[in-house]
Amino acid sequence: MSIRLRDLIKNVRGSKTAAEERAVIQKECAAIRTSFKEEDAENRHRNVAKLLYIHMLGYPTHFGQMECLKLIVAPGYTDKRIGYLGLMLLLDENQEVLMLVTNSLKNDLNHPNQFIVGLALTALGNIGTTGMARDTAPEVEKLLASTNPYIRKKAALAAIRVLRKVPELLDNFVPRIKALLTERNHGVLLTGVTLMVELTQAATDAVLDPFRKLVPSLVRILKNLVLSGYAPEHDVSGVTDPFLQVKILRLLRMLGKGDSEASDQMNDILAQVATNTESTKNVGNAILYEAVQTIMTIEAEPGLRVMAINILGRFLLNRDNNIRYVALNTLSKVVNADVQAVQRHRNTIVDCLKDPDVSIRRRALDLIYSLVNESNIRILVRELLNFLLISDVQFRPELVAKLCIVTEKYAPSKRWHVDTILRVMSIAGAFIPDEVPANLVALISSSPELHSYAVQKLYLALTQDSSHGPLTQVAVWCIGEFGDLLVADKTGASEGAKEGDESISITVSEGDVVDLVEQVVRDPLSTVPVRQYALTSLMKLTTRFSPSLAQRIKATIETYRSNLNVELQQRSVEYSNLFRWEAVRTQVLDRMPVLEPPSRSEVDGAPAGEPVRTPAAAPVPVHTQSAPVADLLGDLLGMGPTPTPTVPTNVQPKSSSATTLDLLGDLFGPSPTPAPAQPSAATNRPPASMGLDIMDLLGGPAVPTTIPSPSMGINSGMGGMNLGLGATSPHTASPHATSPQMSAQTSTPTSPQPGSNAFTGYNKQGVTIVFEAAKQPGAPQNTVVQATYTNANGFPLSNFSLQAAVPKHLKIQMAPPSGNAVPASNAGKVTQLIRIQNSEHGSKPIILRLKIDYVGQNGPVSDMADVNFPAGL
Amino acid sequence: ERRAGIMLRFFLLVNKQGQTRLSQYYEHMPLADRSAFEAQIVRKCLARSEGQCSFLEYLGYKIIYRRYASLFFIVGVDASENELAILEFVHAYVETLDANFENVCELDIMFNLDKAHFILDEMVMNGHLVETAKININEALTLLLAEK
Repeated sequence: MSIRLRDLIKNVRGSKTAAEERAVIQKECAAIRTSFKEEDAENRHRNVAKLLYIHMLGYPTHFGQMECLKLIVAPGYTDKRIGYLGLMLLLDENQEVLMLVTNSLKNDLNHPNQFIVGLALTALGNIGTTGMARDTAPEVEKLLASTNPYIRKKAALAAIRVLRKVPELLDNFVPRIKALLTERNHGVLLTGVTLMVELTQAATDAVLDPFRKLVPSLVRILKNLVLSGYAPEHDVSGVTDPFLQVKILRLLRMLGKGDSEASDQMNDILAQVATNTESTKNVGNAILYEAVQTIMTIEAEPGLRVMAINILGRFLLNRDNNIRYVALNTLSKVVNADVQAVQRHRNTIVDCLKDPDVSIRRRALDLIYSLVNESNIRILVRELLNFLLISDVQFRPELVAKLCIVTEKYAPSKRWHVDTILRVMSIAGAFIPDEVPANLVALISSSPELHSYAVQKLYLALTQDSSHGPLTQVAVWCIGEFGDLLVADKTGASEGAKEGDESISITVSEGDVVDLVEQVVRDPLSTVPVRQYALTSLMKLTTRFSPSLAQRIKATIETYRSNLNVELQQRSVEYSNLFRWEAVRTQVLDRMPVLEPPSRSEVDGAPAGEPVRTPAAAPVPVHTQSAPVADLLGDLLGMGPTPTPTVPTNVQPKSSSATTLDLLGDLFGPSPTPAPAQPSAATNRPPASMGLDIMDLLGGPAVPTTIPSPSMGINSGMGGMNLGLGATSPHTASPHATSPQMSAQTSTPTSPQPGSNAFTGYNKQGVTIVFEAAKQPGAPQNTVVQATYTNANGFPLSNFSLQAAVPKHLKIQMAPPSGNAVPASNAGKVTQLIRIQNSEHGSKPIILRLKIDYVGQNGPVSDMADVNFPAGL
Repeated sequence: ERRAGIMLRFFLLVNKQGQTRLSQYYEHMPLADRSAFEAQIVRKCLARSEGQCSFLEYLGYKIIYRRYASLFFIVGVDASENELAILEFVHAYVETLDANFENVCELDIMFNLDKAHFILDEMVMNGHLVETAKININEALTLLLAEK
């Protein structure tokens, strides 16, 4: 029994529950299937109509597909009609069944009845497959030239589909298109222009050149539309055929882009559209919107651009939210082209940030990111922070990332930078990108004036914070490092009080600090990296605080000796052992040298791939104490005392310190975290060359070690602390267990062969520097240079130091010099090893820019010089 | 896969209870996903108040909607499209429906789904606007729908 569609719908609507509805549908589907099997021709179209409804509700209707085909081949018009409709709705282009339709399609395309042709074209246009397109292309082409506008317009759109599926046929169709534009019928014009838009997207010259020639006709058509009087059939609220206008504007945009000749032809009409169109109704605004987009994309005159931006400014003040949304959207696209003009509207944009409408807020946010620069950073960041407080979760990750980037780029002062990042971390710590805590730590450590301020602020934040995110990480590190500043007496004038910022002065007892850090270690919610940091922090505090607390800390640390987590256990065991070597402990745990922040490109997400390069004017102060560095490390590694300047010869492993060697060898051994660089070079060397290796590992005074990849920093437990091992203070980089950066060396160090390629690089005021270069066998791009400094003056030079900068294709590592004092009258010399790697060996020579500092008889002297290495090196 | 340059990606009529009254997709979306997708979009539209703008972003589509009586007319477009023009098109479609059904209401569309589809297909093909002059559409439709 076949019920009418109407009744089916009534039944479905009458169902009270989903189960009941399903039952009704299933019953009906069964009835339909029976009817199909019985080849019930009369009711077929009714059944397919019901199927459409059922399909729309979301139920499977595959059994109806063949029926559609049967309907299509039927001679009756109503049958065909519903058949094609069913075809379009129930099938999609992926179904193989469609191939069966091709033949009937072809027949229908040649049918005398225009509506049937129309049906066929519509079906082809909506779901045509590649095969179908290829087969029916000739018919479509013919129909494009038909005299019947009804057919022509449909043929144009079907052609779009055909051409997209079979791009090779493009050339056949291009000539036909010109004819489309001469048509008076707006439908044909509309579809013709649409076809052109589609083809222009393919953007080949074969298409663009003939189209560009058509620009004058397009302009003419547009002009007619704009200036014509009232045309009742195409009028929408007083504007003549806005759809066609918008389409033509879009086509002009695509044709004028990058082509000044075409753009010239459009200038007048665009100005006309911009001035004549009424903007009180949505229609007019739609046209203006499109016109503005066109103006900003083509090579327009500056006057026109200004007009466009003014229109956008007017949009921004419109009460209608739609218009404002559209204005914000467009502004963010054009802001790169003309920042100044957009800046004028900054206040309005900031107000949009507070709009109740979330779409507008999002657009305003995007726009503000592009508007930030040095002058408005404070205000805008304040607005952004306010916004962060109330924003939805979906905004936060992007907002936080952008805030950090923007802060790092344009921060007016370090203190402000620290403050802002702190605020961001306390508000939304979970979304901070990984490099940010590392950068913050590096920033703090490189600004001594901020140490006290930062550690106090961080302490306060930590007491209130319970998120255990990056904030805890940074805070714990700073407390460990600068704990002494935290508990110091601050009744004196606090430093760092600039520009009227309020200064912090809190009084905190040592016990409180230790309590807080211990709490972090013990808290089960802390992540493992955070606890690692906290353990290390506690250890550092043992030297900074009074000995009674040291005992207490020792006890705490020892409780982790058998912790299940290997990282914590390792630290605990090692630190507990460290308590046995009192003499060394103080020095080991003293201030860390200034950390180098990772390069900017890493922050932006693109791996640097190259090591961080420091120019001659590095922020790292001069390594005046590099010799004691060597000594201390020699001590640590049981290499014996090394009082004399030349380090490489003083390597004597003591048997009693074999355990130390092993212990710290373990430290430098393959770390548990997946650090790509293997520090095995450090551990498995024969002792004689060990010292040399370690010196190399420490790198040069002004240049940090090669950092293989940013991910290593991120993965390591230390959270990406790239130890710039320029020793600023007389103390070593602390033997933090997971400092794989220490071990970044891959090239085997060898002293340069004597007598090869020596030349004088610098000779001024009695100071001479001789460079002796040697290539490593098998690796011509690596050069090891020994620099020898001699002093012909009558007075000795002290605090001698050399810093070098290299262009991008070179990498340089400098070992500490053998000493800082160059005796007078060439009585002695100072040597220093420099390793250079030339990534463009053969094509570009080695060039160094030297910065030489020393203290002579008349006071400190500083000089710069360029050294070009002889070709062939 | 996304096809570049399509004006409309889908056209939906959904009522306030989330029931779809008409759906036309111009790029393929699997049947199973459709109802959830439509319900989600309607929820988003319902959550907005009168004064807010008619544009949303959802899953990479730009959604433009307008409520007429009990139905939401929802159009999904790609990012480069002129939103205001789409609003005009929706209004044109509504006016055409009105002319053909005499004060069209949701029930009319429900019971004459095929007719509503025909009207839509006269105006939009393969995601592009074909004809927007109501007089032409009506002319074609009277002939189309009358022939028996």
